[in-house]
Amino acid sequence: MPRDGEPPPPLIAFEGVSKVFGTGLAAVPALNAVDLRIDRGEFVAIMGPSGSGKSTAMNILGCLDTPTSGTYRFMGVDVGRLDRRRRALLRRRYLGFVFQGFNLLARTSAVENVELPLIYRGMAPAERRRLALGALARVGLEGREDHTPGELSGGQQQRVAIARATVTDPAVLLADEPTGNLDTRMSLEIMNLLVRLNREQGITVIMVTHEPDMAAFARRIIRFVDGRIDSDAPSERAA
Amino acid sequence: MLLEAVKLALQAIRRNALRSFLTVLGIIIGVGAVIAMVTVGNGTTARITADLAKLGTNLLFVLPGQVGPGRASSDARSFNSRDIEAMRAQLRGVQAVAPIAQKSVAVIYGTENRNTVVTGTDSAYFVAQDWALARGRGFFEGEERAGRAACVIGQTVREKLFGSADPIGQDIRVHNVSCEVIGLLEAKGQSSFGTDLDDTVLMPIRAFQRRIAGNMDIMRVYVSARNGVDTAKVQTDIERLLRERRNITTGKEDDFSVRDMKQVVQATAGATAVLTGLLGAVAAVSLLVGGIGIMNIMLVSVTERTREIGIRLAIGALEEQVLLQFLVEAMVLSLFGGIIGILLGLGLAVLATAALNVPFLVDPFIILVAFGFSAMVGVVFGYVPARRAAHLDPIQALRHE
Ligand SMILES: Nc1ncnc2c1ncn2[C@@H]1O[C@H](COP(=O)(O)OP(=O)(O)OP(=O)(O)O)[C@@H](O)[C@H]1O
Ligand SMILES: [Mg+2]
Repeated sequence: MPRDGEPPPPLIAFEGVSKVFGTGLAAVPALNAVDLRIDRGEFVAIMGPSGSGKSTAMNILGCLDTPTSGTYRFMGVDVGRLDRRRRALLRRRYLGFVFQGFNLLARTSAVENVELPLIYRGMAPAERRRLALGALARVGLEGREDHTPGELSGGQQQRVAIARATVTDPAVLLADEPTGNLDTRMSLEIMNLLVRLNREQGITVIMVTHEPDMAAFARRIIRFVDGRIDSDAPSERAA
Repeated sequence: MLLEAVKLALQAIRRNALRSFLTVLGIIIGVGAVIAMVTVGNGTTARITADLAKLGTNLLFVLPGQVGPGRASSDARSFNSRDIEAMRAQLRGVQAVAPIAQKSVAVIYGTENRNTVVTGTDSAYFVAQDWALARGRGFFEGEERAGRAACVIGQTVREKLFGSADPIGQDIRVHNVSCEVIGLLEAKGQSSFGTDLDDTVLMPIRAFQRRIAGNMDIMRVYVSARNGVDTAKVQTDIERLLRERRNITTGKEDDFSVRDMKQVVQATAGATAVLTGLLGAVAAVSLLVGGIGIMNIMLVSVTERTREIGIRLAIGALEEQVLLQFLVEAMVLSLFGGIIGILLGLGLAVLATAALNVPFLVDPFIILVAFGFSAMVGVVFGYVPARRAAHLDPIQALRHE
């Protein structure tokens, strides 16, 4: 916790974070002594070739995984020292996830998908229905609340996933290749939505993408190569 | 949260309705068997207890030969009227000694015809069986000695032959012997062995022997002890007397047997209890198998739904919430089986009790136990799969396809 007179700790801080999968001869280094700082309200794109450690970094950022060495501080808390349960509590308090494959529950309506995180937070039915409908409206899916994923286009499904990730009002939205399965037109819709969430609701957005066109929507672009940060610079949009 | 878990469980079960049903078949059979057995057992016990009270506990049967496994009784000598006289004269603490000779013959009245067991006996029969007359009278001593063909009929015979007409004073034909109906017995219902006690015709034994049986044999003797007299003592007295009369020397086996009605009924009750216990064990095994079935299908379900579990864990489900969800699902599944099993068991018991003619007595306690037991099976066998689901690594689970 910040003491008087000191500036609040950064939202996200990697200090020499390494991640190695496996041991001995089979050991695969995925991240190699990464230092990184991301502040509140940023919109960051992470780029880099396949296997460069982007998803590994995202999993650690999202408290789904812990570093092999080095420290990761989220709002000043050393995540590597937390047990599974505390990390789960941290996740559901501050983080929202969007995945490449949408990951909606099949045969479950859009509004029920969006309500899901609120159910696990023990919210009363009427209240969570209200919040879920609001979140769906913000992603432009009014009138589609009762459709199941099978009845929605890829772009609409991803918007349901974004509504689900933001209905809990998270501090950070983590999106690993959110447009990877979408065509250009739908990808642009999603990027505009993320920009709006970042600007209007102040949600910090961290997004992995392979496409420079999509990365251009971010204000900062970090490029990974072989588990290291190769470059870290403001985007043209920010400039 | 629990409510949500139940809702989710119902959804998951509905999505795989057939598989769910097959999964709980073991539980259904197990619980159904327990409920049916216990309910029928309760009815039987109640029936036997009631019969014991109806019979009085003081009746002894005397039969020729030895009954039991590996013993031939057909060649044993029957009894005769002098045996009866001796028993009446010499036994102490005895209320009635009734000779019995029986034959199944056709009984005819007008155009109605019925095969019935006709019993030759005398007025001691009514005392020994504690059987009162609804109408008319019993046998006069004169009739007994003269061998006059008068008869007393049971309610079933009256109903079949006379319908609603009054049988007293009418002549019926019993095995071609014309015979006046002088009395009508009160209804007695069925015995513990399911025979209709009211399907009977009684006639003086002398007349029966001469005109129907064609011999002077007495096939059985009923002896009823006075109230408060020890039936075991009467039994040994009868044995001593008959050994003497039948010239059985010391060291030789009796060629007759004396059985205490109380023991017969208790033996039947004991056999019922053993049978109930055995079937209970079978039911327990069935429940165990049912539980393993649930565990198996839940493990399959966890594997199938790995991705779904990953999503739930990633968007904020805590381990214990996933654990609870799968535990509840297993429990709801086995409770379903339990409830269907209870209904099935009660249904079977209704049919079985009707067929055995015993009362249908539901024990609410055993229903509660069956309910609790099936819930427990769900928790016990659902725990391992639920724990596996809760401990999944969300990253791996999300990557699962
Ligand atoms: N669970 C794991 N076990 C073993 N090795 C792993 C595991 N996860 C990642 N790796 C390895 O770590 C390295 C980095 O993987 P990561 O998924 O972070 O790459 P990425 O930058 O996300 O690639 P892509 O663009 O293809 O998604 C790769 O060599 C990968 O094979
Ligand atoms: Mg990746």
